[in-house]
Amino acid sequence: MDWGSLHTILGGVNKHSTSIGKIWLTVLFIFRIMILVVAAERVWGDEQDDFVCNTLQPGCKNVCYDHFFPISHIRLWALQLIFVSTPALLVAMHVAYRRHEKKRQFRKGDQKCEYKDIEEIRRQRFRIEGSLWWTYTGSIFFRLVFEAVFMYAFYFMYDGFRMPRLMKCSAWPCPNTVDCFVSRPTEKTVFTIFMIAVSSICILLNVAELCYLLAKFFLRRSKKAGNAKHHPNHENKETKQNEMNELISDSCQNTVIGFTS
Amino acid sequence: MSWACLCDLMSGVNKYSTGIGRIWIAVVFIFRLLLYIVAAESIWKYEHDEFECNIRQPGCENVCFDHFFPVSHIRLWDLQLIMVSTPSLLVVFHVAYRENREKHHNQKLYRSSGEPDGGLLCTYLVSLILKTGFEIVFLVLFYKLYNGFKVPRLVKCDIRPCPNTVDCYISRPTEKTIFLYFLVATSCLCIVLNLSELSYLIFK
Repeated sequence: MDWGSLHTILGGVNKHSTSIGKIWLTVLFIFRIMILVVAAERVWGDEQDDFVCNTLQPGCKNVCYDHFFPISHIRLWALQLIFVSTPALLVAMHVAYRRHEKKRQFRKGDQKCEYKDIEEIRRQRFRIEGSLWWTYTGSIFFRLVFEAVFMYAFYFMYDGFRMPRLMKCSAWPCPNTVDCFVSRPTEKTVFTIFMIAVSSICILLNVAELCYLLAKFFLRRSKKAGNAKHHPNHENKETKQNEMNELISDSCQNTVIGFTS
Repeated sequence: MSWACLCDLMSGVNKYSTGIGRIWIAVVFIFRLLLYIVAAESIWKYEHDEFECNIRQPGCENVCFDHFFPVSHIRLWDLQLIMVSTPSLLVVFHVAYRENREKHHNQKLYRSSGEPDGGLLCTYLVSLILKTGFEIVFLVLFYKLYNGFKVPRLVKCDIRPCPNTVDCYISRPTEKTIFLYFLVATSCLCIVLNLSELSYLIFK
């Protein structure tokens, strides 16, 4: 189990995402997870060993390191990536639930199910409408919240995104104010700014995707309302048929009987 | 043999689980196993090397570390993940037994070999009870062994061969505390999911 397994799980979500969602997934895997694994982990690998304080007092270095780095950048990024990826699993679960319902209907031999075989159900790509739209939009909203929270946490914990070369520490048991030197501060600053920039791009992509989904939703509603206004009698039947089709595609359950009766 | 093996076994369990069971598997995989592998292991990697005592007496550091960490947090975490995941295999074995019986008799003996009913439901309930039990046992063990879930910065040690009471400093105590609280939170979430699944199956 590692980042590769997360890639496998989320790769399945890719099929049911919008184009912006697919770009977001690509940015996540290539510019964040891959950079974290192949580069950032090495830069921070020797962070405690090479954190040097100008004192021979045993324990002073440990205490100062703990004071200035309550949680390492690397771990914070790992947590951020895990939290930001998991809302996409809601979509994966919803799709799996729909597939399960359709397979069940297919096995019962229901006439309403339009699939020829199980493989077709497995390969089918669901459109983002109905309840899936709500799940998808909810997942984007949570992604945005998590990104913002982690960026704020970073800023708050480390007083900005710059890694200083020197830190002055006077925590006990350090005898006086002691100079402590961070290893590779410039390289760490560069990577921190890079990760923050990519987070910001991901936030923008999520906002764009949210706006796109909302615009699509309102457009669809106004089209339906417009059609109903111009062709009320004809559209009554058609609208009902459309609603029936939506319900069938949403849940494949028998609530539709209420409409037909 | 590694975590990948456990992952493969658990993926097989997914097929025979209820909806809540699948959520439990997702929580275990992502918030516990993945977090353990990508973050927690590296925090505790050099815990012994970076454990420092204010003394030059040979052997004092070793003895003090052993006294304060009889079993390392990370090893207890390991054990917890393994013990909590394996009761689900009871269900897999039972389903395999059913399928074997059907093959042997060459006829359909059960309504559906993977559906939790009758004997399989009992096995499923037992696995839920065992999972919950193990979670609670390990949480209590963590609490009793380390007097809570907070890792202190400084511990005082006066065990032979340390000549007097000596100050010993633990590395990355804050980071370790944060991840231990995360472990407790996810364990509690898993306990809640197990209990909900248990009530759902009993009252179904």
